[in-house]
Amino acid sequence: MSVDTLSKVFAALADPTRRDMVARLSAADATVNQLAEPYEMSLQAVYKHLRVLEDAGVVSRAAGPQPRPVRLETGALDRIDEWIERYRSRAEERYQRLDRVLAEMDEPVAHRRDGGPSSGGEPS
Amino acid sequence: MTRVEADPAVPVIRITRDFRATPARLLRAHTDPGLFARWIGPERMRTRIDHWDARSGGSFRFVSVAEDGEHAFRGCFHEIRADRIVQTFTYEANPDGVALQTLRFDDLGDGRTRLRTQSLVDSFEARDAALRSGMRAGLDDGYTKLERMLTDGTV
Repeated sequence: MSVDTLSKVFAALADPTRRDMVARLSAADATVNQLAEPYEMSLQAVYKHLRVLEDAGVVSRAAGPQPRPVRLETGALDRIDEWIERYRSRAEERYQRLDRVLAEMDEPVAHRRDGGPSSGGEPS
Repeated sequence: MTRVEADPAVPVIRITRDFRATPARLLRAHTDPGLFARWIGPERMRTRIDHWDARSGGSFRFVSVAEDGEHAFRGCFHEIRADRIVQTFTYEANPDGVALQTLRFDDLGDGRTRLRTQSLVDSFEARDAALRSGMRAGLDDGYTKLERMLTDGTV
């Protein structure tokens, strides 16, 4: 997934109305009229939101006669998960190093109970 | 287990991780430059602390030294207290970019602490670039380190 595409997906999901549409489409496909129903906005505005979601590849509309149902493309969301998973594994790796540092900090704290100066100001 | 959340509504990344250490010890691992340099990474890079003044209103600069060059980071400690650190963070190769980071140390009792970090940047593009940085180095790095810890008996 290119960076531009990922940015588009995040930008598409940055809007609460579009997030709501995605949430409803995750339950079932819907026509544009069905999607528009709960919102106090023009059909034109709903189409505008849909176009943003379509451009980002988050939803698609099947070719064919009207009314064409809007469908959630879960693949786009899966790819975000993949990016986050890689970011996560790097953070976990960093924190495993921190685990080791924390474990090694046990010793000096015990020594300082003899009255030696504390280097880091940690109360023991 | 490290949890990562990219907020869809604001350009924020949140990371949550539990540690077997008191909040005070975890805070010290973040504020003592010698300790900090040992874990901040990334893997296969040495961290050199150029400047370190860990108090509210202080600032820092550190450099990750790799075979292909150096990567410098700097920022200001806005506030340091027992249960949280608030700081700015800039990668000097991208001087216009600045993240506002909040690190919270939640005491879970029995000597364990939950670290919750939140990093806020000024655009979704900047947030995506941060996620991408994890993609570049994440996979090959992580397992080298784990392997070493398994062989030297740390795990």
